[in-house]
Amino acid sequence: MSYPENFRYTKEHEWILVEGDTGTVGITHHAQKELGDIVYVDLPKPGTAVEAGKAMGSVESVKAVSDIYSPVSGEVVEVNELLATAPEKLNEDPHGAAWLVKIRLANPAELDGLMSAADYQAYLGE
Amino acid sequence: MLKQIPLAAVHRALGAKMVDFGGWEMPLQYTGILEEHRAVRTAAGLFDVSHMGEIEIRGPEALQLVQQATTNNAAKLADGQVQYSGLLYEHGGFVDDILVHRVAADHYFLCVNASNQDKDFEHIRAQNRWNCTVENRGADYAQLAIQGPRAAEILQKLTPVALSEIRYYRFRDGEVCSRPARIARTGYTGEDGFELYLSPGDAAEVWQALLDAGREAGLRPCGLGARNTLRMEAGMALYGHEIDASITPLEAGLEWIVKWDKGDFCGRARLEKQKAEGVRRKLIGFEMRGRGIGRDGYEVRVGGQPAGWVTSGGPSPTLGKNIGMCYLPAELAQPGTAIEIVVREQPVEAVTVPLPFYRRPK
Repeated sequence: MSYPENFRYTKEHEWILVEGDTGTVGITHHAQKELGDIVYVDLPKPGTAVEAGKAMGSVESVKAVSDIYSPVSGEVVEVNELLATAPEKLNEDPHGAAWLVKIRLANPAELDGLMSAADYQAYLGE
Repeated sequence: MLKQIPLAAVHRALGAKMVDFGGWEMPLQYTGILEEHRAVRTAAGLFDVSHMGEIEIRGPEALQLVQQATTNNAAKLADGQVQYSGLLYEHGGFVDDILVHRVAADHYFLCVNASNQDKDFEHIRAQNRWNCTVENRGADYAQLAIQGPRAAEILQKLTPVALSEIRYYRFRDGEVCSRPARIARTGYTGEDGFELYLSPGDAAEVWQALLDAGREAGLRPCGLGARNTLRMEAGMALYGHEIDASITPLEAGLEWIVKWDKGDFCGRARLEKQKAEGVRRKLIGFEMRGRGIGRDGYEVRVGGQPAGWVTSGGPSPTLGKNIGMCYLPAELAQPGTAIEIVVREQPVEAVTVPLPFYRRPK
C-alpha cells in the first residue's frame, strides 16, 4: 500500500494534508484495515476547537470503537458529510474521498512532530 | 502464551486476523465480518470453534450426575439427542451454558465454553456422588461448525451419513472425509447447520475438504466476529455477556431450560426462591433510534435515570439496524419501552424490542 508523500502521519494512524492554513485529516489505510468493516463515524461539528493528540471523535467497526485523535490544534472548519450516510467509504478510500474533517491550524509548528510517509511505513514495519 | 487451536497456521495462511479470545488465538475474520455474516445467512459459513471444551460423563449412574449438575431434564433425551442446558452455582448464577449430548444411557458428551471448561469440569466433579467417570477432554477434540441454508448440501458431499435423517438437536456418529466425526445438527448462528467433533489430527483435512466442497455454493471461512453478530441477531446468550455467575436463567430469559418437574439440581433452591419472590431484572432486546451504537457495558437509562446495562450490542447486518440486548428492571423489560443508551457520555434514544431479532425462514 502506498502512503502519499505529501501527507504527515500520527502514531495513532491519522493523516493530515496541509494546504495554506488548513489541514485535511483522515485515518490511514492501515487503520481501516485493522478496524475492519466500518459502520459508524462520529465527528466534531464545525466550529469545535480541537487539540493535538486529543480525541476528537470516533470510528466504529462491527466489532469495536476506536478514538480519532487530532494531529494538530485548531478549529474544525468542515466535516465530511459523506461519512454520516456511507461510513463504509472509509474502508474503500481512506486517503481520498473518505477524509474526516478540515482543521484551521492554530500552530503549524506542530506538524514538525508528525511522521513523513517513509517514517510512517517504517513505523508500521512495512 | 496464547493457547493454540490445531488449525491456527491454516487460518493465518488464509489471511485471517487472529485475536486473543479467552486465552486462545482465534480467527476474528478472514475477508470481513459483514461479508462472512451474509454468507452464513444466504449460503454457508465454516467456523473453526476448536477452542470449545468437551466434557464426558460415563458410568451406570451418569444420568444422575447430569441431572444433578444441569438445569434441563436430561432424562428426556434419547440416544443421539442434544439439549441446551445450564450449569449453575448453588446461588443460582451461571457456571456456564452447555450442550448435553446423550451418546448412550451411560455416556453423556457435554460441549462447553472454551474459557469455562476447567471450571465446569471441577464444578461437575465436585457433585459426582455416583462414582461416574468425568473427563475433561477439550484437547482431544477439534470442532468445526458449518452453518447456513446450504450447509447440509455441502456437508452431504463428504459423508455417507444421511444428513436429512438428523433432525435439529440430534446427532450421529459417522464419518466425514472417511474420518470419524460426531455430526450434530446444532449451531450458534440462527441458521440450519452442523457442528462436527473431530480428532485434532483430522481437522485440517476436513476443513480444507469442506472449503473445496462448498466453494461453488458460496461457503466462506468465517471468524468469531461473524459468529458474534449472527448469534446476537438470533438472540442467543454469550457467557460473560448475557449470562455469568451473577445472572440466573430466570433473569436471562432462559427459564425454558429449567425443568422444575425433574427433581433436585444444583441451584434449584435459589431459583425457586427467586421465582416465588419475583424476578427483579430481565434481559430484553433493543434497537437504536438515535445515531450511535450501544455496546457491551454501556449504561441504559429510563426517564433520565440509570436503569440497566447493555450486554451485547452492535450493527445487525441482516436488519440494517443497530441492535443489542440489555438488562432492565423487570417492569421495564417489555417491548416498546423508550430507553436511552449512554454512548460516550451522550444519551442516545433506543427502544426495547422482543428477542430474537432474527428467525430463519422455515
